[in-house]
Amino acid sequence: MATQTGQEPRSSIAALLRRPRPRVVSLIGLGFVALLGVWLVVNLIKEPRDFFTVFLIGLTTGSVYALVALGYTLVYGILQLINFAHGDVFALTGLFASTLILSTFNLTEATAALGIVGGLVVTALAAMAFGALVNVTIERIAYRRLRRAPRLTVLITAIGMSFIVQNIALAIYDVNYRAVPRLIPRSDVFEIGGVHYQWNKLFVLLLTIPVLIALTWLVTSTRQGKAMRATSQDPDAAAMVGIDVDRTISFAFALAGALAGAGALLFLLQFNMRYDTGFELGLIAFTAAVLGGIGNLTGAVLGAVIIGLIQAFNEGLSWATPGSDWTRAIVFGVLIAILVFRPEGLLGERTPEGQ
Amino acid sequence: MTETRKQGGPERARHPGAGGRRPLGGAWARVPAPVRRLLPLALALAVAVAYPYFVGDLRGFGVLGDFFPQLGSVVIILVFTMMAVGLNIVVGYSGLLDLGYVAFYAAGAYTAGWFASSHFQQVTVHLGSAGLSPDTAGIHFSFWLVLLLAGVITAAAGIIIGLPTLRLRGDYLAIVTLGFGEIIPQFVRNGDTLKGFNLTNGTFGINPIDSPGFGETLNDAVGLPVSFQQSFERERLFYWTILALILLTVFCSVRLRDSRLGRAWIAIREDETAAAAMGVPLMRTKTWAYAIGAFFGGIAGAFYASFKSGAFPSDFYFNISVFLLCMVIFGGMGSVWGVLAGGIVLGWLNVEGLAVIGRKFNDAAGTNIEVAKYQFGIYGVIIVLMMLFRPTGLIPEQRRKRELEEGVHDESLYGVSH
Repeated sequence: MATQTGQEPRSSIAALLRRPRPRVVSLIGLGFVALLGVWLVVNLIKEPRDFFTVFLIGLTTGSVYALVALGYTLVYGILQLINFAHGDVFALTGLFASTLILSTFNLTEATAALGIVGGLVVTALAAMAFGALVNVTIERIAYRRLRRAPRLTVLITAIGMSFIVQNIALAIYDVNYRAVPRLIPRSDVFEIGGVHYQWNKLFVLLLTIPVLIALTWLVTSTRQGKAMRATSQDPDAAAMVGIDVDRTISFAFALAGALAGAGALLFLLQFNMRYDTGFELGLIAFTAAVLGGIGNLTGAVLGAVIIGLIQAFNEGLSWATPGSDWTRAIVFGVLIAILVFRPEGLLGERTPEGQ
Repeated sequence: MTETRKQGGPERARHPGAGGRRPLGGAWARVPAPVRRLLPLALALAVAVAYPYFVGDLRGFGVLGDFFPQLGSVVIILVFTMMAVGLNIVVGYSGLLDLGYVAFYAAGAYTAGWFASSHFQQVTVHLGSAGLSPDTAGIHFSFWLVLLLAGVITAAAGIIIGLPTLRLRGDYLAIVTLGFGEIIPQFVRNGDTLKGFNLTNGTFGINPIDSPGFGETLNDAVGLPVSFQQSFERERLFYWTILALILLTVFCSVRLRDSRLGRAWIAIREDETAAAAMGVPLMRTKTWAYAIGAFFGGIAGAFYASFKSGAFPSDFYFNISVFLLCMVIFGGMGSVWGVLAGGIVLGWLNVEGLAVIGRKFNDAAGTNIEVAKYQFGIYGVIIVLMMLFRPTGLIPEQRRKRELEEGVHDESLYGVSH
């Protein structure tokens, strides 16, 4: 405050009119957060059982979002590109996994436990490989040629690729929703005071957490990860010290695709999917990545869990809740609020885009 | 900057038909410049105005006849082209990627719904309504007033959306506009129970919406039609109206581009930091771009709602925004004539073309592919191909072309200047 008035030697009113943003904006932002907190606490006191049930649902959905959000954040971190096609790669991979489960392995609820586990592991690996392949292909076909083009050109190309991938899924799988049998039992793992936790929810965490650990290890402790971080900081300097920038970018796309594959399988095991599922889910995951601070891996996971919780709370709580009709508006409202009030996200650093 | 703009002045007359006619070169060059500039435009306009009179003959013209759109389709094509020309102000002139333009379309359509239908049964307000009995419940303003109102309200919406978000640059702005483009349709869909107040009539939408018209008095005096919808020449009247509206839009676009404001937009597009350093007020200039772009989107939306006689939430989805963006990219960002051409071509593909081409293809090849089903995939291919091989578009704007060729841009993919 003192420095601000120091910089503006004019009358205090003029100074106030000139620079009202930072203080007022952050106050409004804090006000929103406070309201949200009050709303959560009131709901917790009124219906504690609902609150925790919904909390577990949100945590599960959030984990799936996290896998997709990481894909956005990885690519953004290295290319500063919002890869619009990512959500559609997710959907295409999920549909591919459904083919494997339904046709190739013929898994049903009646299959022996070992068969289900084996089938799912193979499907997961295949889906991850497939997602990586599709993502790398997209990068090779479209984005690589545009390395020196203006950013908006690449962004628009990404939108075009999104529609192309979506239509490939449409051409192969048509407009019908596809679902797989309930391979993971929905019986309780535990039950505390009326709050149930089912195996299918635990399974999501059991798959997500190792993937996240592996990803962290890959990015922080391997040569390839180091190359990725170097490229994202300064591609020219990275090239100068002998890093193959193109290969590193391909690797980031492959990682993103593999994460989308894992996320898609988890999504498929709980919900129906069709060719355009990825569009909206992609937007939600992207919101999560922005919320956490785009380019920041931990932030993406945090943001995804928060978005998952917001969604679940909105759809499951009872006191002063807008309900599922408004979920989409709320998620995008959060996105806009974040970009306006804190463009660097929860854990990110300030970038020129959000000044 | 002003210098180059002045020199570049005559170039802006380049539009389809005007440039590069070598065979006629000698004679053509002797024609006075203003005539040379306006003649092709006047010819095109004359053909356009007369189109309703020979469309029937054209469509009977053997195999090729199917490729000429019906009059009703042309109205739709022109509505979307008008939106594209409006979007061009935001995307092409100012370089602000707007992925939520459909929100302005929705705002315009619902303004028409509120001010020219029987939606608000609680009141009975008439102000120059045409072809309605004066005791019809609801708010019924004259359609021409509603058009203006839609433009103004949508522009206000554009300013409201713009003020908090235009601080953001590049792709962040794109995402925020996308967010608004998604929120507004959902708001419209759920807007029938806002604290018990029915604002938008939910998924059913508002219909019927009043028709344009001139009322009894003008009809008696000079023979202008009372109401378009009830007229035998319904489609022709709508067609000429949208033709006039699109002319107005194009005229405003061209004049704005060469104005002080337009030069400021282009300066911001080329280099935001440099523009700010030269004294261009960033926020105000960007907000104007948003408001004016929204203005035309709103008018087009209101007109379309009246043509369809209804505003339905299912009309406003993200794909429309992308489709409009595709028109702008295909035609040439920043080039009014390019966007006009791109809008007409893609609009035709969307309304009739793909279906016709698909039918012919299936007949010839004996296949059974629903080409129209993959329309957005086809637009996606168009977008990607244009971006990869001809980022300046069908009819490039000279300045933009130079920018892309010489690489005048502040943000390359890596954020490194070369």
